[in-house]
Amino acid sequence: MNGWAVAVGQPLLVVVLAPLLIGWMRLIRARMEGRAGAGIGQPWRDLRKLARKEPISPADAGWLFTAAPPVLVATSLLIAAIAPLVATTSAAGGSADLIAVVGLLLLGTVALALAALDTGTAFGGMGASREMTIAALVEPTLLLAAFALSARAGSTSLAAIVNAGVHHPERLVSPASLLAAAALAVAVLADTGRMPVDNPATHLELTMVHEAMVLEYAGRDLALVELAAAMRLSLLLGLLANLFAPWGVATSTGWAGLLIGAAALMVKLTLLGGVLAAGEVLLAKVRLFRVPELLAGSFVLALLAVTASFVLA
Amino acid sequence: MNLVAGGLGAAIAASGVSGLAAVVLPPRWRAGLVGIGTAAAGVAGAVAGGAALSGQVWRSALPGVLPLAGVRIEVDALSGWFVLLVGGVAALVGVYAAGYAGRTGAGASSHTALAALPLFVAAMLVVPAAGSVSTLLLAWELMALSSLLLVMIEHTHGPAVRSAARWYAAMTQAGFVVILLALVWVAAACGGESFAAIRDAAHGLPGTVRGGVFVLAAGGFAAKAGMVPAHPWLPRAHAEAPSHVSALMSAAMVSLGVYGIIRLGFDLLGGGPAWWWILLAAGGGLSALYGILQAALATDVKKLLAYSTVENTGLILLGVGAAGLFADAGQPGLAALALAAALLHTLNHAAFKSLLFFAAGAVVRATGTRDLDALGGLGRRMPATTAMFAIASLCAAALPPGNGFVSEWLLLQSLIHALPTASDLNAIAAPVGVAVVALTAGVGVAAYVKAFGTGFLARPRSTAAKTAREAGPAMLAAMAAAALGCGLLAVAPGLTAPALSRITSVVGGGPPMAGTTRLRLPGVDAVYSPLLIIAGLAALAGGIAALARVAGRPRRRAAAWGCGNGPQTARTEYTATSFAEPLQRVFDDVLRPEHDVEVSHYAESAYLVERVRFQTRVPDRIETYLYTPLLAAGRKLGRAARTLANGSVHRYLAYGLITLLIVLVAGVSR
Amino acid sequence: MSLIGKICNTGRVAEPAPPTPERAKGEAVERVSGSVQVRHVDAGSCNGCEIEIGQAFSPVYDAERYGIRLVASPRHADALVVTGPVTRNMADALRKTYEAAPRPCLVVALGDCARDCGMFAGGHGVAGPVSDFVPVDVEVPGCPPAPEAIVAALRGLSGR
Repeated sequence: MNGWAVAVGQPLLVVVLAPLLIGWMRLIRARMEGRAGAGIGQPWRDLRKLARKEPISPADAGWLFTAAPPVLVATSLLIAAIAPLVATTSAAGGSADLIAVVGLLLLGTVALALAALDTGTAFGGMGASREMTIAALVEPTLLLAAFALSARAGSTSLAAIVNAGVHHPERLVSPASLLAAAALAVAVLADTGRMPVDNPATHLELTMVHEAMVLEYAGRDLALVELAAAMRLSLLLGLLANLFAPWGVATSTGWAGLLIGAAALMVKLTLLGGVLAAGEVLLAKVRLFRVPELLAGSFVLALLAVTASFVLA
Repeated sequence: MNLVAGGLGAAIAASGVSGLAAVVLPPRWRAGLVGIGTAAAGVAGAVAGGAALSGQVWRSALPGVLPLAGVRIEVDALSGWFVLLVGGVAALVGVYAAGYAGRTGAGASSHTALAALPLFVAAMLVVPAAGSVSTLLLAWELMALSSLLLVMIEHTHGPAVRSAARWYAAMTQAGFVVILLALVWVAAACGGESFAAIRDAAHGLPGTVRGGVFVLAAGGFAAKAGMVPAHPWLPRAHAEAPSHVSALMSAAMVSLGVYGIIRLGFDLLGGGPAWWWILLAAGGGLSALYGILQAALATDVKKLLAYSTVENTGLILLGVGAAGLFADAGQPGLAALALAAALLHTLNHAAFKSLLFFAAGAVVRATGTRDLDALGGLGRRMPATTAMFAIASLCAAALPPGNGFVSEWLLLQSLIHALPTASDLNAIAAPVGVAVVALTAGVGVAAYVKAFGTGFLARPRSTAAKTAREAGPAMLAAMAAAALGCGLLAVAPGLTAPALSRITSVVGGGPPMAGTTRLRLPGVDAVYSPLLIIAGLAALAGGIAALARVAGRPRRRAAAWGCGNGPQTARTEYTATSFAEPLQRVFDDVLRPEHDVEVSHYAESAYLVERVRFQTRVPDRIETYLYTPLLAAGRKLGRAARTLANGSVHRYLAYGLITLLIVLVAGVSR
Repeated sequence: MSLIGKICNTGRVAEPAPPTPERAKGEAVERVSGSVQVRHVDAGSCNGCEIEIGQAFSPVYDAERYGIRLVASPRHADALVVTGPVTRNMADALRKTYEAAPRPCLVVALGDCARDCGMFAGGHGVAGPVSDFVPVDVEVPGCPPAPEAIVAALRGLSGR
């Protein structure tokens, strides 16, 4: 019973928190730039307004363009149901592991890239091409980091990895764990389209990766796509936090534990989001053809993490 | 009644009848009836394979069928897997060919083409069922010759087909010679050519003999499977052959190369030292990476699919190599899991690759071009084919909830759990293996997004694509059946678990998988439920879409936003070449593309440019560095040898006399 | 790290928000309350108004705190801010931009040139004021209008 509550409650919590996280990050950015900022609730106001506007489909687009936003949100919701964000006892958590979660993330990316190609515009194709190149190069880092983590826990199941972190905290500060954290952090930046890989606030189409794919979306389609992007960021930051700093995650059934878990998740997202936003003010975007070098560096870190987990075990 | 015997017998009989029918029937009925006959042979074969997988075995010696050695049949669970695979693909191809071949009586519906098709299927059914070296080799050669005939069907279309046939013939015969050497060597060393005799005596052979036999045989079988560096024939032959032949070759024939390696390595030789399997896994990893890189850059849709076959072969051989490594290192549970992953991948690959080639064939038939840069907009003109290609691409790109993801997940699980108790070699090999699988998966997704996105979506880029028509009912029926197969394997992969347990008992370690729609791995702590994923995705996406439609404003159709410019034409769309360009830049050093710029000026003034011609090519670098020097050396040798035959009768008589003297002296001095 | 020091020393640059201006009229305005995404269209301006728009979104005036944001694609826009007299070359483009925006789409004619062609009235390349091509909801007078006026006009749309 409790497991199903977690499986349904986590997606709902992520849906509510994700735009707030974006608002919080924009607020931090604004304050650091000397501006006043729009307030933490602005993304929710934007989404509410977008949901009430008419959606537009390009004349040459087919069913893929219309289907991609719901599929994108569906993958995010499914990952939110599976991943141990608030508790490790989700009823859906026993049906998919870290590799399946990585695969679901890639499925969402593919849906959006195909929709961008379906528009028949040059920017859509450009965004899709760049996004798929970056996604292809992020895959090895993600899976090798998953390897390093599961070597620590003896299983690729997310719940098992988080449980191992809770019960054996000394393993969290091992070299393998720290290297894997660094590698995963870079991979998360690349996957969610944040600096230094992609600037989410840019207006220059030729520098866009993720934004170029959504230039044709309007109205409620755009609302779904923006919500999905916010959810992916929240999910990945939450996973990053819980895989390497699992304190507060509920490991047993019990409503008190769930409340603590939800509060811990909010604190972790606030911290990580703040750090990320501050980093975005201080960092410049890396040139597109330098991104493979960055991703190769994170791949080397992940490979070192795996080697360290075997050699130093 | 032994179902295996009955099924195989019926399959061969049906093939024979279809072959005869191909020679006798008029063009109007030829393709249809031969197609149905081939499909019947396929179904019978699949039944036989299924019976073998459920425990029935069939051993039989038929001395009277062939002179000298006779025919020996031995069908166990491993054979049954591949007989089922070949039978299933043949059933689909038969139905497809009934529509694809056409009624003109020329090309794919000529006497030769339609007679060779059932012969090819029959030979492929006999290869896994063979129980002795001579039967295997005979069936192998028959398979090679009939497929060569089929590759050459469209030889009037241009020199590319003839060149492809030459490459295919040369490499397949070279592979055959290598396999022949290896199998005859082991048969001679074991004192008997039946598999039973070899199995009994092989563990007593010295290590050098076993190693030599394995390297030669694995090399020959891997060449048939398309492993790098013996792969150049594959993209040529599979691209130039008609699509039903491409499907048969890619889905069924290359898996028989894998069968040969598993049969020899695990069953006949009974496992081997680590260096065998490291070589195999390294070759597999290299094939996977190289194949998918070339696929990501190919603009010919059938070449893309052929290179994807090279990639999948690489992954399968990586799994087989990993299984051997684990077996040698004393981890039978992981060995069984890796072997099960490799075998399941052959079946999954057969399902989605045949569907891909069927859809590609329908597109080529409808538009007359294989060039992705000239396609597009087929979602409107050919909606069913587009949907089929979409399903197949999802499975081929190894994304959940497709079937390709399941076998890749199994392979990753076996590699990931190697670490805690691994030998030093495995501790290095396992992470490298995971990295290879991951990079292959990533680039593979990009390749299939390119193929589907540029080939089928948005606007048509040429008149050919604008005037495409949907495929005929037979082709659509075959595609639908293949899609059903993919879906079944995707949602309920555990159906294959009992069969796989039977096969992997050869490496020991207990059943590797349990469960039907929720896969559980007893040996390691891992669970994957494809049913939950697909049900969850469908329910959530459907629910959101329905809610949005009901609660939101109506959708408007408008011209695409073109920054205020005039009407958007097909020229503004990204082509396949431009889509792959960032990836090409990243892997520049490996691929070394060739650019050629030609500027021609007006005759009147060298300052006025009349035309600029830009050409870019990504050649197969392994072919350039390995095969071109070899072929050049061969040509040089041939030219030098010509001086031996200068036309003088005296010289030829002298050759004969000298050879006779040498033979006599050698015979006397022994 | 000197950047962090500079950030700490500079502190807040944004001036305090003036009192909320009067809300613009129209049913469409109600639909975009609290959040207005603006797409700027330069229909032939001398760029004076563009500089002022840039200032309106700068840290000093900070239009973003009222829920107003600049976007790149008209598909994402609730309002078009049009500057300059509509030249012959840009007439079609302006119409296409308006067509591409999802309904309801408001139009702000910014500056004297957008209202009535200003000092370029009668020029050979000028096709007419913005209202000749797309329906205008709000006009902002000035050549160029001060950033406070621009911010006030946009706040009239968002209501914040």
